[in-house]
Amino acid sequence: MTIVADRILDPAADAAAARVRPGALARLARSPSVLVGAVIIFFMVAVALLAPLLGTVDPARIDPTYRNKLPMSERTITMASGAKETRTYLMGTDSLGRDVYSRVVYGARISLVVGVGVAAISVAIGLVIGLVSGYIRWLDGIVMRFMDGMMAIPGILLAIALVSVWGAGLATVVIAIVVPEIPRVVRLVRSVVLTIREEPYVEAAISVGTPTPLILIRHVLPNTIAPLIVQGTYICAFAILVEAILSFLGIGIPPQIPTWGNIMAEGRTLFRVFPHNILFPGVFLALTVLAVNMLGDGLRDTLDPRMSKRV
Amino acid sequence: MTETPVLDISNLTVDLPPGADRPKAVEGVGFDVRPHEIVCLVGESGSGKSVIAQTVMGLLPKTLKPSAGKVMLQGEDVLTAGAARLRELRCTRMSMIFQEPMTALNPVMTCGDQIDEVLRTHTQHDEAERRRRIRAILAQVRLPEPDRMIAAYPHQLSGGQRQRIMIAMALVLEPALLIADEPTTALDVTTQAQILELIKEIQRSHATGVLFITHDFGVVAEISHRVAVMQWGRLVEFGPTREVLSRPQHAYTRMLISSVPSMTPRVRSRRADAALVLETKTLGKTYISGGWLGRPTTVRAAEQVSVEVRRGETLGIVGESGSGKSTVARCIARLIEPSDGAILLGGSEIAHMGTGALRPHRRRIQIVFQDPYRSLNPRRTVGESIIEGPTNYGMARAAAFARARELMQLVKLDPLSLDRYPHQFSGGQRQRICIARALAMEPELLIADEAVSALDVSVQAQVLALLDEIRRKLELAMLFITHDLRVAAQVCDRVAVMHQGRVVEYGEAAEIFTRPGHDYTKALLAAAPGRSWEFGAFQGA
Repeated sequence: MTIVADRILDPAADAAAARVRPGALARLARSPSVLVGAVIIFFMVAVALLAPLLGTVDPARIDPTYRNKLPMSERTITMASGAKETRTYLMGTDSLGRDVYSRVVYGARISLVVGVGVAAISVAIGLVIGLVSGYIRWLDGIVMRFMDGMMAIPGILLAIALVSVWGAGLATVVIAIVVPEIPRVVRLVRSVVLTIREEPYVEAAISVGTPTPLILIRHVLPNTIAPLIVQGTYICAFAILVEAILSFLGIGIPPQIPTWGNIMAEGRTLFRVFPHNILFPGVFLALTVLAVNMLGDGLRDTLDPRMSKRV
Repeated sequence: MTETPVLDISNLTVDLPPGADRPKAVEGVGFDVRPHEIVCLVGESGSGKSVIAQTVMGLLPKTLKPSAGKVMLQGEDVLTAGAARLRELRCTRMSMIFQEPMTALNPVMTCGDQIDEVLRTHTQHDEAERRRRIRAILAQVRLPEPDRMIAAYPHQLSGGQRQRIMIAMALVLEPALLIADEPTTALDVTTQAQILELIKEIQRSHATGVLFITHDFGVVAEISHRVAVMQWGRLVEFGPTREVLSRPQHAYTRMLISSVPSMTPRVRSRRADAALVLETKTLGKTYISGGWLGRPTTVRAAEQVSVEVRRGETLGIVGESGSGKSTVARCIARLIEPSDGAILLGGSEIAHMGTGALRPHRRRIQIVFQDPYRSLNPRRTVGESIIEGPTNYGMARAAAFARARELMQLVKLDPLSLDRYPHQFSGGQRQRICIARALAMEPELLIADEAVSALDVSVQAQVLALLDEIRRKLELAMLFITHDLRVAAQVCDRVAVMHQGRVVEYGEAAEIFTRPGHDYTKALLAAAPGRSWEFGAFQGA
């Protein structure tokens, strides 16, 4: 009864709504932070995909005779055939003589896979749990208390535990980051579901006999997409960081596989003398995380109606 | 009356930003408000009445610009006044009260502090004097226990009390002009009557001129001396209230006034032996909350509700907010499960059926909700919304769409617009779509839960006519939930009056409206604004 005629029936608002609104994509393209973020991410993805074509050598090849060289150092190698070849180490070599440039480029693969993988898995699992928990009242209390418990597990501690059980590896790292992220997604989805559940169009769907799973998919799920995309980007950035931290601590991906965290960990001992070992992967890591966060911020501004109302 | 007007608006034009549905929000509007006078500004939504109020108060959004005309407040043009001067004028010379007192008051400040803020900003009084004035104004707006009110936060008060606080705040500095923007729209009818009485009383005892914005002609008839009728940003008629209500000159005014439902119940013939469609027996819904760690709180939203609806008949459930009428509707539609009692739908007991068993019965009861903007999924075309039900029960999509086109014709909408989205329709049209969606299920019982309450009076009249036509054509049983006695008088054959979860009076509409038995029904009828005025009975027409 408190719904008021004036706000509800506003022909002006009707007319405004009836006009074709610019599509979400067009609005996204106008946001500078989305553009910058997307360009950097596109660059990183290209680097990761094209790693073998970027003039890299085997990132795992150890060369004890050419250790700890500075960036841009050149070296001439005499091949077995007698031909001479000059090789430039763009980012120098590390303490085992591995080419840092190749390692950083290949490392982008791991970082992106971990970021996207963790985001996709935690969003997918969290979405299902959140939908069910938010919509089915009696399940809500049980599921949410369980989620509270999961949130209390520190990611790094979980990673140490998992590594000691399963051994280091990509899957272990992904699981260790996914587990504490799921409850955050669940909470987000649940909060959306709790408001949408009370919408009259959902009640109308109930009264025309739509089965609960269909109601969830048709009427509730589409409302969670926008906030989930935004949350997904933040999870992605966070996961890239955490993977680097875990690798740096030596409890993530095994050291022979190049990841930005591993390269930095390896360069840590000689950091004062040869800072390039940490500098280059650090810059790539920072750029990627910044780009993903910028993309997330831009997406939130354009997709979240509450933010777009701010004039 | 030869006094100089407190407010004199002449030739006011306010531009809308480019791309709006019309170039001017308000165009060439001129009228005046004298001291000791209530002028009602009446019109449907989008007519520009709130824009006028905002212009006077200097509260227009930045996108709207007054481009011509004058707004003279006691001889001073507020359109040319700077921000600092406007701030001085507000509360001291002009004040405004709003529609929704809960959102107009600051929830984290006590009511006393909020009134005190006005005094501190505009006067040099010391604290004791300010206290004295606050108590005096609270007494004037008839609030009991001033000490408790001063210390109370807005959420601790009822809607009526909150609106009284707003009025106290607006009047504490005795402004010459009070602008009231739909101040009673969000209130229950009995509270509304009290607030209207208060505004009349204050306007009599002070020299205040009141500009009262409303969409309700009942309120107009109740309180105003003169009335200004707006349509699409233009003033179509302005004159003494009795004159305008009984001899409207403009066609739009005539249409608007004739659309106001009459309080005199319409007598309709119906078959007393028609089949019983729905019967509730001592239906009740109790909410129990908390209780996990603390003591559980029990709320009896509805109890002992026993009503019946026959084929082709409309039963009205009327009551104020919180009376439990919507709870009853939602129990019957089985959107919630009743705690006790029985719901007999054509002989089957559905009150406690599980989801599976209930499924075949769901289609027999359909419901139309209040808010046409939220009852359709904005992401789905209206066609998809209409066919959702039939396809759930196994109808092929093509057949369902064919049926949807027929239904669109039945509710007088273009059948070709099925692939459009809800935002492309107006509120009235959306409500028609919701009716079509309900009818697609071929229900035996149609529940209208405040289905016309959010609509403008002219649109409301159309939707009511449509519902009546459909009921007759399809011999539907209808359950009509409303807080609006005028609507109930026109639509219902029988009426159940609900108060605090119980049915206090139940019987023939004609009987209840002419000879109410229960005290609450009497109070409700007495509170209906403009009840003594027969709208649409024009003289010299």
